Amino acid sequence: MSGVNVTSTSARNFRRARQVGPAIVFGVAFLALWEFAVRGFDLKPYFLAAPSKIGEQFIKSYSRIWEASMVSGGNALVGLVVGTFLGIAMSFILSRYRFLGELVTPLAIALNAIPIFVLVAILNNMYSITSEIPRRVMVTLVVYFIILVNVAKGLTQVRSTHVELMRSYAASEFAILRKVRVPNAVPYLFTALKVAAPASVITAFVSEYFGGLQNGLGSRITSNIANSKNAAAWAYVLGACLLGLAFYTVSIILEGIARKGEAK
Amino acid sequence: MSALEVVGTSKIFNQGSLKQVDALVDVNLTVSPGEFVSLIGPSGCGKSTLLRLIANLLEPTSGSVSVNKKTAAQARLDQDYGMAFQQAGLFDWRTVSKNIELPLELKGWDKAKREARAKEMLELVKLPEFADLYPWQLSGGMQQRIAIARALAAHPPLLLMDEPFGALDEMTREYMQGELLRICGETSTTVVFVTHSIPEAVYLSNRVVVMSPRPGRITSVIDVNLGSKRNEDTRAADGFFRSITAVREALRGTHADHAAANAVRGVEDR
Repeated sequence: MSGVNVTSTSARNFRRARQVGPAIVFGVAFLALWEFAVRGFDLKPYFLAAPSKIGEQFIKSYSRIWEASMVSGGNALVGLVVGTFLGIAMSFILSRYRFLGELVTPLAIALNAIPIFVLVAILNNMYSITSEIPRRVMVTLVVYFIILVNVAKGLTQVRSTHVELMRSYAASEFAILRKVRVPNAVPYLFTALKVAAPASVITAFVSEYFGGLQNGLGSRITSNIANSKNAAAWAYVLGACLLGLAFYTVSIILEGIARKGEAK
Repeated sequence: MSALEVVGTSKIFNQGSLKQVDALVDVNLTVSPGEFVSLIGPSGCGKSTLLRLIANLLEPTSGSVSVNKKTAAQARLDQDYGMAFQQAGLFDWRTVSKNIELPLELKGWDKAKREARAKEMLELVKLPEFADLYPWQLSGGMQQRIAIARALAAHPPLLLMDEPFGALDEMTREYMQGELLRICGETSTTVVFVTHSIPEAVYLSNRVVVMSPRPGRITSVIDVNLGSKRNEDTRAADGFFRSITAVREALRGTHADHAAANAVRGVEDR
């Protein structure tokens, strides 16, 4: 509607600057404080590395960090995609056949009650030591449950007025699914993805601590610490942060695209 | 010729169990084409249940319901009625226009025909400039007008309404009542209207059906003779107050058996 969008571009830029400004100032101040603390108290590198040293290491071993990121990120991405599709598929089946939900829910709760990463040790035993599959399966499992629980909720928790209305139109179950349940579940899916995307990266790292191939970010962090290369370890931690942020950002962009499609 | 016929109809929930509820017992009601009938009564009198039996959203335990000389089930399949609820029940992910088109989509109308009808309905409810907005951008009263437009989009001969103005403020409510009478007059739609409000029932209706709970049944039917041309002056007319008094007394009668309990709880018995 006209009248709503009266803010000029410069005003919008100013408002955005006011929103992100404090966060940037805080971040820079935090790094400065860290740097001064390390120098001022003469903290040893094995205790805490200075941000400047970490930055140095990050630039120096940039290509190796990038390679390791691709390995961990690739595992996370494969698990995220497969887990999302499996989760969506299963939530459709569960919302169609409620009795299956009653069978599966206790299992899902039981699986969530144990620290699920430990399963990767078992998965490592099932495959050869050079296989990426155990970590990808692990990520898939974690993502699968996040997506399943949320999308199933979106498919089933529709407003009773909407369902009555559709029944008054003599709509088939399939029409109710397509026109009420699925659109209702879309925001639930993207909320779940915002949780699942960083979780997939974290799971990919942590899975590397349980053996298997030593080519990802997680294993590089441990090996650098073991060799007392603290600043290098921190550089890999920085890479891990950036990878997690990248996944989160993509999930937010996807949500934005879905919103726009809806508003068309 | 009747638009709606309910004969000897009962609805019992959880029959035979300890939680058995006699929601409706032996209800008879005939509504003529173009007539406006309100169902009024205290909570639990089965007025919403009766509306859902007519809509075939519930099956009667015994008796029969026919709409347009068809069974209620067939009438539902043919979309012979439109329905509106207390919550407008618009879909947030659809524009106003697409909300109105929903029943037409399910009837398999093509796009051009749907859009033309949605436009026509928006003119009818006097909101033509809001076609491309989303429901959450509208006020409660506007949303309810869109819900009415949607209910009437397929031009059904019968409109079923379950306290559609219950969540609106008094001003909006009176305005909506006037609009509803105008719209139904223009489209010659038969209406069955569930409400808690005596003035609302009297202002809108040709007949007010008074119901009572435990078990839910019709206790009296009051004719309202205010003519077919009603406007804001109607609300100050002697006939209006006489009918209000008549409905109120009929409702008192249904309350007589609960009067003692109400007195103890201090419930206002209007």
